[in-house]
Amino acid sequence: MAEGGKIDPMHQFTVEPLFGTTNWSLGGYNIAFTNSALWMVLALLALWVFMIGGMRKQLVPGRWQAAVEGLTGFVDNMLASNVGKEGRRFVPLVFTLFSFILMANLLGLLPIGIFRPLAPGLHPFASTSHFTLTGVLALLSFGTVLVVGFARHGFHFFSLFVPHGTPWWLMWLIPPVEFFSFMVRPFSLALRLFVAMTAGHILLEVLAGFVVQSGSSGLLWGTIVGLPTFLLMIGISALELLVCVIQAYVFALLTSLYLNDAVNLH
Amino acid sequence: MDAEAAKLLGAGLAAIGAGLAALGVGNVFAKFLEGALRNPSAADSQQGRLFIGFAAAELLGLLSFVIAVLLIFVA
Repeated sequence: MAEGGKIDPMHQFTVEPLFGTTNWSLGGYNIAFTNSALWMVLALLALWVFMIGGMRKQLVPGRWQAAVEGLTGFVDNMLASNVGKEGRRFVPLVFTLFSFILMANLLGLLPIGIFRPLAPGLHPFASTSHFTLTGVLALLSFGTVLVVGFARHGFHFFSLFVPHGTPWWLMWLIPPVEFFSFMVRPFSLALRLFVAMTAGHILLEVLAGFVVQSGSSGLLWGTIVGLPTFLLMIGISALELLVCVIQAYVFALLTSLYLNDAVNLH
Repeated sequence: MDAEAAKLLGAGLAAIGAGLAALGVGNVFAKFLEGALRNPSAADSQQGRLFIGFAAAELLGLLSFVIAVLLIFVA
């Protein structure tokens, strides 16, 4: 928590090297193992444990296996309904994007700050609250659309910019608009995820600052300001959990829609 | 006007955009529920479209939030 009565909500997003890897470099670039990288690895580990624990192939699934089958079946169903039969080829890609974003979002909300007496400065780090990570994920999705589209349709892929039934006297307007909306896709994908996570974490930090500061300035202010804010924080935390899931879902859903454009044109 | 004051005022004005996007998101879900209650059997198949509409409405609010953050912390 910031000193001097001032809340610093941006401090939690600082990327810092860990374990003395500050000066590692490769070809002139610093490749220090940062807390961002650590939380990405943790997300992968959590996902790995979750998947290994549930991939059992029992005829009557137990609870864990049912959870894993629910997740894979959900992505499979999403691609089947949005892309069609050929969408199944993209299940691994979309499942990876969805589950990684979901895990990274959820791990960023872990309340491990309560262990701070044991390890000073300990705080969860939402790796998806950085444009670098979400930008790369969005480029992955956008790049796949381009590769699939050009591989399947060749230059006919450009007919994506001329929707069916466009009247000839609108030909000067519709293709540029469609092209613009196509090129904006990676930015909107990356920006949506990054801003939604950042905004949620800033909000929680500011509210937590209210609670701590009003609590430390006496019983009166603690009751008037701190207690209602704390109750609000519980609600907002639940909302943030919902936002984590919705943002991962929206990212996967939009990726599958864009893949549908690439596979089937429109 | 002081440049710093103008920045903060601009950031505050950007909050209007975020609030209006909240109206938009609420509208998306309200209309979906309205339609879903009229024809519940068709509701499940339209959930994807619900979230597309939600994502589009939400993005504009998030953009105004970005403007506010840029004004306060970057500009």
